[in-house]
Amino acid sequence: MRPFTYTRASDPSLAVRELAANPTAKFLAGGTNLIDLMKEDVERPSAVIDISALTLTEIKPIAAGTSKGGISIGGLGKNTDAANHPSIRQHYPLLTQAILAGASGQIRNMATNGGNLLQRTRCPYFYEVAMPCNKREPGSGCGALEGINRLHAIFGWSEKCVAVYPSDMAIALAALDAFVRVKRPNGEERSIPFTDFHRLPGDTPEQDTNLAHGELITAIDLPQNKFADRSYYLKVRDRASYAFALISVAAALEVTGNTIVQARIAMGGVSHKPWRALTAEKMLVGKEATAENFKRAADAEMAAAKPLEHNKFKVELGNRSIVLALQMAMNGGKA
Amino acid sequence: MDENQNLDLSDDEKKLFEDFMPEDLDEILDTGVNRRHFLKLVTLAGGGLLAAQSAAAEQLFTRSFPAPSTAGVSAATIENGVNVSLKVNGTARKLMVDSRMTLLDTLRERLELTGSKKGCDHGQCGACTVIVNGHRVLSCLTLAASCEGKTVQTIEGLAKGSTLHPMQEAFLKHDGFQCGFCTPGQICSAVALLDEARKGDASYVTEDVRKKTGPVQLSTEEIRERMSGNLCRCGAYPNIVAAIQEVHSGKPVEQTFRFSA
Repeated sequence: MRPFTYTRASDPSLAVRELAANPTAKFLAGGTNLIDLMKEDVERPSAVIDISALTLTEIKPIAAGTSKGGISIGGLGKNTDAANHPSIRQHYPLLTQAILAGASGQIRNMATNGGNLLQRTRCPYFYEVAMPCNKREPGSGCGALEGINRLHAIFGWSEKCVAVYPSDMAIALAALDAFVRVKRPNGEERSIPFTDFHRLPGDTPEQDTNLAHGELITAIDLPQNKFADRSYYLKVRDRASYAFALISVAAALEVTGNTIVQARIAMGGVSHKPWRALTAEKMLVGKEATAENFKRAADAEMAAAKPLEHNKFKVELGNRSIVLALQMAMNGGKA
Repeated sequence: MDENQNLDLSDDEKKLFEDFMPEDLDEILDTGVNRRHFLKLVTLAGGGLLAAQSAAAEQLFTRSFPAPSTAGVSAATIENGVNVSLKVNGTARKLMVDSRMTLLDTLRERLELTGSKKGCDHGQCGACTVIVNGHRVLSCLTLAASCEGKTVQTIEGLAKGSTLHPMQEAFLKHDGFQCGFCTPGQICSAVALLDEARKGDASYVTEDVRKKTGPVQLSTEEIRERMSGNLCRCGAYPNIVAAIQEVHSGKPVEQTFRFSA
């Protein structure tokens, strides 16, 4: 690991100013991804500002604004605490399931909610500094495009980058139309709709998100919804636990009688950002919640997939995963 | 402690070293018995060469030699030094660390607590699991600098004197290991896991996360899921699960192994 200066932040406003003043400084929260990447020499901060002692950990009801009536989750709260909070378990079980599908007990005890969203890709070409990677070193090329790309994207990739985004938590947050609340170096706050938070790679894959240097995630806001009775987070992976998703599907339905009023489907393991299956969602609204309609929606969504040489299986796997996740959601989210 | 403090070897001990490792004697007298010497002696002993002096050898092995001093590493030799005060296994420790130093390396290299193991050093195996402020975490992905004011419990801190922690007893009873390398992490993880279950925490295999009814009764499937962050390359998993189940349920669990006839 390269040398870096270490400071402990005691105040969010000072922390953002300190970070903004140094273009090669990084915030340290849980450290589960950053420390690993520093050991791998992928991340090379000159200064680390430890924000883990800031008290942005509260989970509380939202009294005003776009998410009124919902719940706000502190950016520096731990993943374990968010997943097990009684209100989250009761009203946002999709989020609980998604968090618990990720990593291990130890890592969820360390990882913060804001940090989870800022996880970097686990693309092996990104991690291996001897390989070309436009995300790690812009202009060096993409090793995965014509390399071993079994784990890579089938939606929204570019010639510059075919990596996928790794978080499970974020897939549920995309389905739940969350907002990311951010503190800026000038002291202002802004609220970013979740689907605008992460980016597709385009020509600048080095930018994972639309967060500017010096901005700090203070909270994630969850609007109220009527999905708690019918949601499910399905994760398909190479081993039964403690592995990143090949495909994951966050499915949530609001149903009257057997008619779908609202449908939300977000997919993980398929793109550079949480992939909202908007085509499938639109097809389901107003339809009966039947296996045939689920299958038609999945077919329509996956028809637009553009698989690479080694991940063609993800098209059929994604199709079946959408159908299964919707069926599980209808079954009250029970496995 | 003075790093160059000479070892106070008895004449018998000096003779023993001189007989078997004449080329190493000066080094041993200067810096103490290191791992290389120790392994050499063990190999010799294993070959029966030390049989005649076994009593002297045994005494020598069981003596505690001064470890290379680390507590007094001077600030000048540490780049980007950070002062940290933390409590480890009930003892307050205060030291200066390089900002890059992980909690794992600090425990092993500075505090001489080598129970926590460095497996992958990348958060993928769980061998370095320790309990910080009551929660199991990975010490290889934790900077020591970030542990200011925290309470750390390692495998060395579980037993009360010579009385083993129930989880340690259960791992012995159920043969929950083969090579033993992952065991300290497995046990720390298991101890904290039972606290999580008592609090009613859910897992990915919990049938209905909306139901929260106090302490969770863990099935085998639940234990396997909740322990998935601790790998065991010997594959002692069935025995590990049995050991955890026994402590969790408070009832004897049948051993999944038996000795061959």
